Amino acid sequence: MAGTVTAAAREALVRACAGRVEDATDTDLVGATAPRWVVRPTSTEEVSAVLHSATEHDLAVVVRGAGTKLAWGHDPERLDVVLDTSGLDTLVEHAAGDLIAVVGAGRRLSDLQDDLAGASQRLGVDPARSGTVGGAVATAATGPMRLAHGAVRDLVIGMTIVRADGVVAHSGGKVVKNVAGYDLGKLLTGSWGTLGVITQVAFRLHPVPAGRTWVTGAPMSQVVLREVVRSLVHSQVVPSAVELDRPVGGGDAVVSVLLEGHPEGLDDRAAEVAALLGHGAQRQQEPPAWWGREPVAGGEGADDQDALLKVTHELAALSKLLDALARAESVSGCRAALRGSVAVGTATVAVGGGADEVAAFTTALRASAPGFGGSVVLLEGPPGTTDFVDPWGPVGGLSLMQAVKAQFDPGRLLAPGRFVGGI
Amino acid sequence: MDTDVLAARLRALVGDAAVITDRQRLRTYECDGLAQYRVVPAVVVLAASTEDVAAVVRECAAQRVPFVARGSGTGLSGGALPHADGVLIVMSTMRRILEVDRDNQRAVVEPGVINLQLSDVTRADGYYYAPDPSSQQVCSIGGNVAENSGGAHCLKYGFTSNHVTGLELVAPTGEVEQIGGKAPDAPGYDLLGALVGSEGTLGVVTAATVRLTRTPADVRTLLAAFPGTDQAGAAVSAVIGAGVIPAAIEMMDALAIEAAEAAVQCGYPEGAGAVLIVEIDGPASDVQQVFEEVEGHCRAHGAFEIRIAADDAERALFWKGRKSAFAAVGRISPDYIVQDGVIPRTALPEVLSSIARLSAESGVRVANVFHAGDGNLHPLVLFDDSVEGESERAEEVSGAILDLCIQHGGSITGEHGVGSDKAKYMPRMFTDDDLDTMQLVRCAFDPSSISNPGKVFPTPRLCGERPGRHQGVHPLAEAGVAEVF
Repeated sequence: MAGTVTAAAREALVRACAGRVEDATDTDLVGATAPRWVVRPTSTEEVSAVLHSATEHDLAVVVRGAGTKLAWGHDPERLDVVLDTSGLDTLVEHAAGDLIAVVGAGRRLSDLQDDLAGASQRLGVDPARSGTVGGAVATAATGPMRLAHGAVRDLVIGMTIVRADGVVAHSGGKVVKNVAGYDLGKLLTGSWGTLGVITQVAFRLHPVPAGRTWVTGAPMSQVVLREVVRSLVHSQVVPSAVELDRPVGGGDAVVSVLLEGHPEGLDDRAAEVAALLGHGAQRQQEPPAWWGREPVAGGEGADDQDALLKVTHELAALSKLLDALARAESVSGCRAALRGSVAVGTATVAVGGGADEVAAFTTALRASAPGFGGSVVLLEGPPGTTDFVDPWGPVGGLSLMQAVKAQFDPGRLLAPGRFVGGI
Repeated sequence: MDTDVLAARLRALVGDAAVITDRQRLRTYECDGLAQYRVVPAVVVLAASTEDVAAVVRECAAQRVPFVARGSGTGLSGGALPHADGVLIVMSTMRRILEVDRDNQRAVVEPGVINLQLSDVTRADGYYYAPDPSSQQVCSIGGNVAENSGGAHCLKYGFTSNHVTGLELVAPTGEVEQIGGKAPDAPGYDLLGALVGSEGTLGVVTAATVRLTRTPADVRTLLAAFPGTDQAGAAVSAVIGAGVIPAAIEMMDALAIEAAEAAVQCGYPEGAGAVLIVEIDGPASDVQQVFEEVEGHCRAHGAFEIRIAADDAERALFWKGRKSAFAAVGRISPDYIVQDGVIPRTALPEVLSSIARLSAESGVRVANVFHAGDGNLHPLVLFDDSVEGESERAEEVSGAILDLCIQHGGSITGEHGVGSDKAKYMPRMFTDDDLDTMQLVRCAFDPSSISNPGKVFPTPRLCGERPGRHQGVHPLAEAGVAEVF
């Protein structure tokens, strides 16, 4: 980009964003790619103006919330502007009686939960890697409570987005039940910033149950685990979460169950769960230390950066997934740890190893994916891993996705190349 | 394209018996559950397989002929209204349950499978299909997918979109796409989220993978009678405010009760200005505690009679009055409009007062039936088409009710869909930019705009058409094949 053109583009961003434009530094990398500028808009209108300028000057834009997941996926194929959403952090509305909240995308998820706690309410989203609301929505983050409340996409009831061309669009609304028009909120949820910039989200909330307790089983072999999980999944005890911790290298696994509800109803339910978990099951008022955290392959507390994979499976195929995990460990020479929401069918896998080893692990696990009926996505790996393996793997309906991208962002300005199939 | 040529091509693709061009037989398909919109399609194809659908859609795409998919035809927004120059693809002939996979809590069904049938088949295994639109005895799962159907129990269990994990889609180009599956979170955009509720405008679904839900250990249901809707509304607020999410919480006002009594003699408490039906389900120990609380809230807010269902038969009796309410108003009014607006639940007292005022000022009676937990109102606007000016007044009141919903931050449709009927109201709820952005999705899937054109989005062709009206009893209800809820 010639100097005068660059200067004109920067000028345009400064005008669009009331001067909140900084030259990027080393801390603003997206993966290994450096942006030129970081802009920090404070309203949907400013985001719109920024994207108008981006369109006019052909600037590629990556949206950044807290930056906790910025390295996930492919590096963008080009990058000019990081759009920092931290200025869009307003709690617009919390209508406690209606169990809804409208919140700026840049608000921290933990801050939102604090906002809601006063009314004994919560947003049923509890990802291990918690940043902003917008980041959780854009990456369709998942956590233990999903079993009780559904995925993020099931809790989004309305959304304001800014398209790549700067046009502001809304979908949904502030009511839980609403079938007017296409559900753009679901399409944008998990779109990784490639279709539009999410500036505001309306959520369905849930009351925090008066009673909660955890029941955790003793470490169990895979054979026992399979039966235990099956019995929990098909029980009528209605757990709020069923989490598995399979430690690094394939040792005995631990299952922990969260029960919530009327305090006086919990004893019977906890006893039922304890019986299903078998000898040695313990009831506690606090979760086990690993609950809701990412697994660690390097050993708890190690400094080594693990690669991180998201894996999904059919509910009854957990054993097949664990077998495949062990095979992938042995093929690649990597050590891996898994934590999963086994009654939902999602898991996170941490892998320790270099780029080629992690790639070999991912490839091996993915080769077994038809057996467990799910998918294997490499979220984050050592630099260069994606030279050896596609982080996304096979994608059903890819041509339709590419068509959607072409409609929303024909100039490929929004996180180009970061998502599936080169989107 | 000339209809005879088109029909001949289609016959070559799917066989003579599957293609209908006889005028009398075509008229069977001229409307869905919203019978005042009628269009006779050029051709009807009875689909037997995904290959059939793909072949028909490819032919339509090649000739730029519009097509409309139709399930059981129970929709209340004219979503399956045929196109006069197009092909109506009847999916109710694809009605096999392809797989019940209890271990994975999934079933794979063809789109013509009847909603309730799936629950009937899986109940012996301790499972059921949770979305329960009131027409569930006759509506198809494919139609539910198109409309993102809800039901009385969706407050707790969610809508169709929360229960679909995979779809086989014949895109408007004729390509067959497999989207999602039994596992959650397939990589890429959430196309399932875009497809469910897209009212047939993004292609034709030819198979669906859906969640099966474990039957609850215990279900308890109460019927509470209140002097009026204010007290019943306060009881609902108290229940929700206490952190309870009932499986269902439904309200009817005096006029709706009167109609239900006339139609099905449900025997609701005499003198009730409003009744609430509250259902609590879950683990037995939890249900017992919560149910007692709910009962307490009802009494504290003026319930003068509370009945608790002793068994499934009594529970069914409670529900009978509620579930027959739409059809029942046919007994007290020759014509009526069913609305489907949504408001934030806390706005209920204010909106009900406004509706009462509208009714008093216009002289048009309005019976109210609603899903009180999620603010989904079904005002039934009563009129007599044979009296000059009444239908116009009823339409005005009906439109004003939707405006009330929008003013309170709500929606013009909670579960019936936009279809042909509400497209003209969309600009009251969404800006041009909003609608333009939604149509980007349409353009991605269906660049030629041949998949159910003219629905959902306002077009000049639909401007000036009249809102939804029922003539007396719903034809399906009259025939005894469906209750309309």
